[in-house]
Amino acid sequence: MLSPQIIDLLIKGLVDTLHMVAVSGAIGTLIGLPIGVMLAVTGRGELLQNFAFNKVMGAVVNMTRSTPFIILVVAIIPFTRLIAGTSIGTNAAIVPLTVAAAPFIARVVENAVREVDRGLVEAAQAMGATPFQIIRKVLLPEALPGIVAGLTLSAVSLVGYSAMVGAVGGGGLGDLGIRYGYQRFLPEVMLAVVIVLIVLVQIVQSTGDWIARRVNKRNLKS
Amino acid sequence: MMITLTNIHKTYPARGGGASVQALADVDITVGRGEIFGIIGRSGAGKSTLLRTVNLLESPSSGSVMVDGVEMTALSAAELRRARHSIGMIFQHFNLLSSRTVFDNVALPLELAGTPNAEIRKAVEPLLDLVGLADKRDRYPAELSGGQKQRVGIARALASKPKVLLSDEATSALDPETTTQILHLLADINRRLGLTIVLITHEIAVIKEICHKVAVMEGGRVIEQGPVFDIFAHPQHPTTRSFVDPVINRGIPDSLRDRLSPRPGPGSNPVLRITFTGEKATTPVISAISRRLELDLNIWHGQIDEIQGAPFGTLVVEALGDTAKVDAAIALVKENNLGVEVLGHALPANH
Repeated sequence: MLSPQIIDLLIKGLVDTLHMVAVSGAIGTLIGLPIGVMLAVTGRGELLQNFAFNKVMGAVVNMTRSTPFIILVVAIIPFTRLIAGTSIGTNAAIVPLTVAAAPFIARVVENAVREVDRGLVEAAQAMGATPFQIIRKVLLPEALPGIVAGLTLSAVSLVGYSAMVGAVGGGGLGDLGIRYGYQRFLPEVMLAVVIVLIVLVQIVQSTGDWIARRVNKRNLKS
Repeated sequence: MMITLTNIHKTYPARGGGASVQALADVDITVGRGEIFGIIGRSGAGKSTLLRTVNLLESPSSGSVMVDGVEMTALSAAELRRARHSIGMIFQHFNLLSSRTVFDNVALPLELAGTPNAEIRKAVEPLLDLVGLADKRDRYPAELSGGQKQRVGIARALASKPKVLLSDEATSALDPETTTQILHLLADINRRLGLTIVLITHEIAVIKEICHKVAVMEGGRVIEQGPVFDIFAHPQHPTTRSFVDPVINRGIPDSLRDRLSPRPGPGSNPVLRITFTGEKATTPVISAISRRLELDLNIWHGQIDEIQGAPFGTLVVEALGDTAKVDAAIALVKENNLGVEVLGHALPANH
């Protein structure tokens, strides 16, 4: 049904999508995870209460998150050019994807860390733990199931966002679907893209759920 | 003294338009080395805040906190963290890390202190034996019962070889049988390691079971404190009485209470309560009264209890005789260093 050329395009699109999601997800996590932890521990009555940091960082995160992604992509083109050397193509598209992913990840990490029982922090303080030790030995391990679930959610969102970067010449499955399926009236290509995306999201979600279950020791049967 | 709290005040500042809250006022407490010191009070009495001032999880607004000769409020953040290594703490909801096995939970305080792994293993394994959980070392907290979780909590609190153990309602989430086991474990640790224990509870049975001394709290103040035996035998404050009465039957049965009048009436007889404490619990004072004073005593009610292994008895008697003889009897009881008080006057049954 699909010509070999189209299948080649599908494979290239899938590789591009995976490339964009993986790289922006990884860098987004590197940036978003510490920000999320800092947001959680600087809140009122928390370990390192700091209103100024919390308010400023919270506002920055909200600003990025309230900008529609397609507008973010074009709005930060100068920044993209600065980082990637170009504003067009798959590599360039990773920049806005990362900028969108980092604050999203920061919020899901913040929520996961906030979910950790205050009593555990108190117990660690009573043992003479430093704030850094509490973050590393108590908050992060205890929040890990929530963080994994949040990162899974972020990865799925990134797959969706990555479909929009065709607007700046980014490749991937979304771009393929728009250019071939929509603009060239090839409904079978559109259908194939959608099916591949559905399978991809399923795989990402199931893998994330599996890892989250593995690291969650809270509901073991005795 | 292991712990000396002097003139502790704690006020939470007003927030969001509310008034400031006085959580602790004028608290003075001294805990001797190797003592089990209980703090009892209803919820909101300030006992939890008070316990947390000992390791400065709550810093007092004013007052002095001395632990093993060190003024805790004067320490820097780093010095305070080091001082906390020698103060273990256990909690009502155990506060174990769900992501760590039993072994790793117990190892946590040592990890935090930078102890090498080989030494951690040498320290943790005997502790698991001590609390009877050697076979659960690789289990996760979610796989344990409440009592087992608290045993892990106790082992963890002991890992850094503390001088003091703070217990925050450690048995309140447990069933009665498990509570008894955990209390026995704490008493055993106290004896074997000479560990000073400060515990807070709202259950007088916990105090009766293992504490040597007790402080009763209400409204952020210590309203009464002393050796458990004395407080149980002679509670002064109404709140203390309301705690003690259900476990130590100092009262008299309701059927007899109906015959009791606060004032003497025609043909009434005084009703006395005699309390026997400690080694005097065996003094043959009743027969001495009837023989030497020729005063007949009608026994209404008697009870013998044991507090901290010492006998504590009460006897309620109706004295059938004139005022002079009754006064002489009271004097004789007092001479024998027993407690006596006039509960009231029994009106004649046909009145």
